[in-house]
Amino acid sequence: MSEENERQDMMLKLMQQNARRIMSTVPWAQALGFELTGIEKGRAFAKVGWREDLVGDPDTGVIYGGVLTALLDNLSGVCINTALKKPMSMATLDLRIDYMRPADKGRDILAEAECYHITRNVAFTHAWAYHESRDKVIATAAGTFALNDIGRWASGNAAMDIANKMLGGEK
Amino acid sequence: MSPRAAQLQAFLDRTPFARFIGMEFETNGDQLIARLPFRKKFIGNGAINALHGGATGAFLELTAVAQVYLQSDLQRPPKPINLTIDYLRSAKGEDLYARAIVHKLGRRMASVRAEAWQGDDPEKIVTALQAHFLVAEDG
Repeated sequence: MSEENERQDMMLKLMQQNARRIMSTVPWAQALGFELTGIEKGRAFAKVGWREDLVGDPDTGVIYGGVLTALLDNLSGVCINTALKKPMSMATLDLRIDYMRPADKGRDILAEAECYHITRNVAFTHAWAYHESRDKVIATAAGTFALNDIGRWASGNAAMDIANKMLGGEK
Repeated sequence: MSPRAAQLQAFLDRTPFARFIGMEFETNGDQLIARLPFRKKFIGNGAINALHGGATGAFLELTAVAQVYLQSDLQRPPKPINLTIDYLRSAKGEDLYARAIVHKLGRRMASVRAEAWQGDDPEKIVTALQAHFLVAEDG
């Protein structure tokens, strides 16, 4: 068991060291300007800046809801990265989003995600988007993700590939 | 193109995000078929050339919005309250199509299901979305 914990700590460290690559190698995250701002065990934090071309309602300048969906989806996937005991691939199974209030025009949107349960095949997540803190959320997300053997299904995640190599996993 | 479809086109033309993803649509009476021409920026997993769930989801949400708009006389686009997206298959790096059914269009709320597919079989759903929208014009 302690060997497993050691492996998990190592895995987390590797993800943290290569955190920049987790989102920067995902084209859609780049297109929308997502920035990963931090990861810790089972949690991840990110930011997306307001941009004119992401506006969903031209009359109010409010960012399109789909941008938040994409952000919370991506960040939920990332937070699972830091909860895994070994490198794995993942795919969203389902994602539920609640929109509480529109985002303010011109302001950055912050987000955090938490992986609160993980089994051999599935990871469960919660995520929040807000301007300042979780006390006043713009949107929340509940997600489930299918986990897969990285040898059978390429992760498409550069940091995960590095961790896989360092931990001696097969390609 | 019906007058309402022309209004929908005008709405999409002046909505930055709709232009950003490049969504197109055709109508058959009151029913819309949306198309998302593939672009490299939609990729989520480059190793298996799969579309990002957030790109598919955003397209489905916009399809649902467009369908509600098309079959109503709303002046403003419906506002999403919540949505659930089921990812049934991995979406390949190619064009995506979608259609939506409005299960209920009330005075305040609309309930909509939208489905996306690739290739020529609409029954082979890649991603499905179920959403509620606020349609009250004073909301």
